[in-house]
Amino acid sequence: MKKAANKPLDAVLARALLADMVRIRKMEESCAELYGEGKIRGFLHLYIGEEAVASGALRALLPEDNVVATYREHGHALVRGVPMTAIMAEMYGKREGCSGGRGGSMHLFDIKRRFYGGNAIVAGGIPLTVGVALADQMQHLPRISACFFGDGAVAEGAFHESMNLAALWQLPVLFLCENNLYAMGTALSRSESQTDLCVKAASYNMPAVSVDGMDAIAVHQAVLRAAKTARNGGGPQFIEFRTYRFRAHSMFDPELYRSKSEVEEWKKRDPIDLMVARMKAEGKLTDDEFCVIAASADEEVRQAIAFAEAGNWEPVEDMCRHVVAEGELR
Amino acid sequence: MNVTYREALHLALHEAMAADRRVFLMGEDVGRYGGSYAVSKDFLAEFGSERIRDTPLSELGFVGAGIGAALNGMRPIVEIMTVNFSLLALDQIVNTAATLRHMSGGQCSVPLVIRMATGAGRQLAAQHSHSLECWYAHIPGIKVLAPATVADARGMLAPALADPDPVILFEHAQLYNMEGELSEDDASWRCDIVSAAVRREGSQLSLITYGGSLPKVMQAAEMLAAEGIDAEVIDLRVLRPLDTDTILASVRKTHRALVIDEGWRSGSLSAEISARIMENAFYDLDAPVVRVCSVEVPMPYAKHLEDAALPQTPGIIAAAKRLLGKS
Repeated sequence: MKKAANKPLDAVLARALLADMVRIRKMEESCAELYGEGKIRGFLHLYIGEEAVASGALRALLPEDNVVATYREHGHALVRGVPMTAIMAEMYGKREGCSGGRGGSMHLFDIKRRFYGGNAIVAGGIPLTVGVALADQMQHLPRISACFFGDGAVAEGAFHESMNLAALWQLPVLFLCENNLYAMGTALSRSESQTDLCVKAASYNMPAVSVDGMDAIAVHQAVLRAAKTARNGGGPQFIEFRTYRFRAHSMFDPELYRSKSEVEEWKKRDPIDLMVARMKAEGKLTDDEFCVIAASADEEVRQAIAFAEAGNWEPVEDMCRHVVAEGELR
Repeated sequence: MNVTYREALHLALHEAMAADRRVFLMGEDVGRYGGSYAVSKDFLAEFGSERIRDTPLSELGFVGAGIGAALNGMRPIVEIMTVNFSLLALDQIVNTAATLRHMSGGQCSVPLVIRMATGAGRQLAAQHSHSLECWYAHIPGIKVLAPATVADARGMLAPALADPDPVILFEHAQLYNMEGELSEDDASWRCDIVSAAVRREGSQLSLITYGGSLPKVMQAAEMLAAEGIDAEVIDLRVLRPLDTDTILASVRKTHRALVIDEGWRSGSLSAEISARIMENAFYDLDAPVVRVCSVEVPMPYAKHLEDAALPQTPGIIAAAKRLLGKS
C-alpha cells in the first residue's frame, strides 16, 4: 500500500485538504442531527471517516474533468464545488436544492461542474463513466473522467464490464475504489474470493495501486499521478483507497456486523486528526489556525441550514416536469 | 423504390451517420459481422471502427456507456441483438437512462437511441422470441417506438436521434425481409414519433395493433372486407407515450375495438389500451373490448406450437366476427 512520500508538506495544499475535510465533517454531523429532527428523510449515508478520499482525489482533478459518484457522495459534491447551501437544500427536498429537490441525499447533481451525480445503484455509475469518457475520446477532448465506487461494487457485473471496456478502448477513466471494508454489512472477506482488489484490475491489464485512504496527501499524490497518465493517453487507472466508515451505513443500521473496538481502532486514524497532527509536527498549523478553519466551516453550515430552511417546496402541480424534456410533457 | 424493412433501416442509419459526426453505432457484431440482422452491413469500411463500434458481450456495460456518451455530447445508437438480451441492460435503461433527467432536476439530457429486435416467428424458442415492449412502455422518461412499415423503418430514426430523451426502437424480426414502396420523395416517409396511424379506414370495428402483428392485421382486414366487414386498422407506432386520441377517435367512430398484441395478455399493452378505451369511451362501445394476444407460455420451439402461440390472421378474423356477433 502506497504511503505519502515522506517529504515536507505543501502547506497551502495541506491546509486546503484539511479545510475540505472539516467542511465535509461538519456538514454531515449537522445532517445527522437534522435527520434526527426529521428535516432530512429517506436514506442518509454519511461519509464521516472517509473524507480524505474525496478531498485528496477531487483536488487532483481539473474543473473540466468529469466526476461520477455514489449514494455516499455529499463530500464529493461539496469538494467538487457544489455550494453547501444547494446540497443542504437538496437534502431538505427544497426546489433550491442542487437537483431541485427531485434527488435528495443520494442524487446530488451539478452538471455545470461536470458532477454527474450520486447513483444509488451500486456500480450503476461505472458504465456511465465509461461512456462519458468515450465521448471525450471521440471528440478529442483532453478531459478525464473519475468514477468513485465502494468495495461492494467490485462484485457487480457492471464493474467488470466497465473495467474491460475502458481498458479495451484505452479510455481516460480513473476507477477510484473507496474500500471501507464493508458492502453495507457484508465484509469484503465474506463476499469476495479475491480480496486484493488491485489483482482484479490487473486482470484487465489496467495499472492499479492501493493507497492509504486516511491520508489525504497520499490520496492526492496517487490521483495526481493517475490523472496525469490517463490525460496523456495512458488509458484507465485503478486506485484502491483503504478507508473506513466511522458511522453506520445509513440511519437505519444497528451495526451488528462489526465490533465497537474495530471502529474505535480505525478512529485512531481519523483523517482529520492525522492531517492536523502532521501539519502541527511540521509547524504548519497552529491551534488558532485550526480554530479558524473550524469556525469557518461552522458558519458555512449555519448558512447552509438557513438557506435550506428558507427554501421553497415545489408546487405539486409541477411534479411531472423533468420526466422528459420541457415542452414535450406527456 | 421497392426496399425491404432491413434496407430501409440501413438507409436511415446511413443517413444519420453521414449527417452528424456525433452519431455512432455501438453493439455486438455491428461492425465486422455487419450486424446480426445485417442492418449495418458495409458500414465499418465506410465509417471506421470508432463510429461503428463492435462491443464485447456486455449489454449492461455498453448500454451504460451509451448513456454516458449521450450525456457528454454524442448521439449514440446502441444496438442490442434481441429484447431478451436487453434484460441484461435493464438496470442501466430503467434506473439510469430513464431517471437521470428527473433525478437531476432537469439538468441531464440523455439523447440515446437503443435499437433492438423483438418478437417471434422463426422457431428461436423461449430466449429469443418474446415481445417485452410493454415492459419498456411502462417506464416514464423513455420513448418507445415500433416501426411496422418500411416507411417508418426509414423515417423514425432521425426524429429519435433528434429527441433529447432516450428512445427505444423495436424492430420486429419477422419484418426485416418485408418489402414495401419507399418514395424517392422524402416527404412520404419523414414522420413524427408522436402519433398512431390509421393504416386502413373502416367503419364497423377498430383493429388496434403495432409492430410485427400489423401485416397480419392488414391481411385480416382485407379478408374481412371480402366478407363485407369494414374494419379500421390503427398502427400504434409509438408505444410510449400512447396516442390515446387516435385510438379513441377510431373507437368513437366504429364503436367496437379489437386489440392485437404479440405480448402476453397479462399486464400487456393490450390491457392498457383496453383500459383507456373503457375509461374514456365506455358509452361509445357497442360491445366489450376484445383482445388477441400471445398464449401465456414461454415460446415453444416446434413450428406448429409456435404458430399456435402467436396471434395469427385466422384468429384475428374469428375474433373480429365474434365482436360483431357474426361468428
